[in-house]
Amino acid sequence: MRTEVVLRVVGKLLIPFMLLFALYVQFHGDFGPGGGFQAGVISAAAVIFYGLIYGLPAARRLVPDGVVETLVALGVTIYLGVGFAGLALGGNYLDYFVLHRDPVEGQHRGIFWIEIGVLITVAGVMLKIFYMFAGRGRGGDPGP
Amino acid sequence: MMAALTIAIVVQRNLFSVVILSGVYSFLMATVLVALDAVDVAMTEASVGAGISTVLLLGALYLCGGEEAKPMQRPLLPLVVAVVIIAALVYGTFGLPAFSDPQAPFHTHVIPRYLNEGPKETGVPNVVTAVLASYRGFDTLGEVIVVFTAGIGVIALLRPRRKGDKEKRK
Repeated sequence: MRTEVVLRVVGKLLIPFMLLFALYVQFHGDFGPGGGFQAGVISAAAVIFYGLIYGLPAARRLVPDGVVETLVALGVTIYLGVGFAGLALGGNYLDYFVLHRDPVEGQHRGIFWIEIGVLITVAGVMLKIFYMFAGRGRGGDPGP
Repeated sequence: MMAALTIAIVVQRNLFSVVILSGVYSFLMATVLVALDAVDVAMTEASVGAGISTVLLLGALYLCGGEEAKPMQRPLLPLVVAVVIIAALVYGTFGLPAFSDPQAPFHTHVIPRYLNEGPKETGVPNVVTAVLASYRGFDTLGEVIVVFTAGIGVIALLRPRRKGDKEKRK
């Protein structure tokens, strides 16, 4: 796998565009199809792609395990935090109208942060599951 | 075509082709969803069903080998259970309103409000996003927590042993 020149070059070319597309799906989710779930999966897929081509240790160097585990929890925390922000500003839990003077603007803000939280958690979980599956069998017992 | 694929998946004994066929199935499902105008769902199906889960299943295959084990006994009881459940579900579909009936409850309950007021109230042109993140914020919170719990579960089950254990095994 390590000597596949074509794969390595194509991978290097494509991965930035995959990440860019993930961001597009994330922030264009208000206007077209897309949103946090899809963008999270796509950005995790970009890193998984990298891991498949360059080997798992390279991917682990790029996005270490500790970072991934932090991301998993951070996303949920952001989502919950948006809820509590609404509560602190005098609305109901997960009420976005109070996040800004203009209710519509407040909605925008709430949805934006919630989608960010979804993105972070989904990307983290997908990446972590891939690390776990791919990392098994190489360390202790090699597969059959 | 999808029915043919499903039969192929069931009959096939080589797990590698099963994984690839289920990826193909996901892509077909995504095209069906696009035809039904559910672009958001189609996108999720294509990226999760065909992309990530294929990679994960291939990873699992790498660990457990490529041939399906022979079943222990003839699967007669499961067959009976499956047939009964299918009959019950088909019977249940007769109670549903006709396809694209404008008087169906889900066309008259909250959907008109979401469609008419959603863009005005949230300022978000994509109704799916508006409903998902704003009107149904609690449901989405639940979904995120489900994903989070799945991740935590996998970490708890598959996390490599502590350093002491590793040295012992060596």
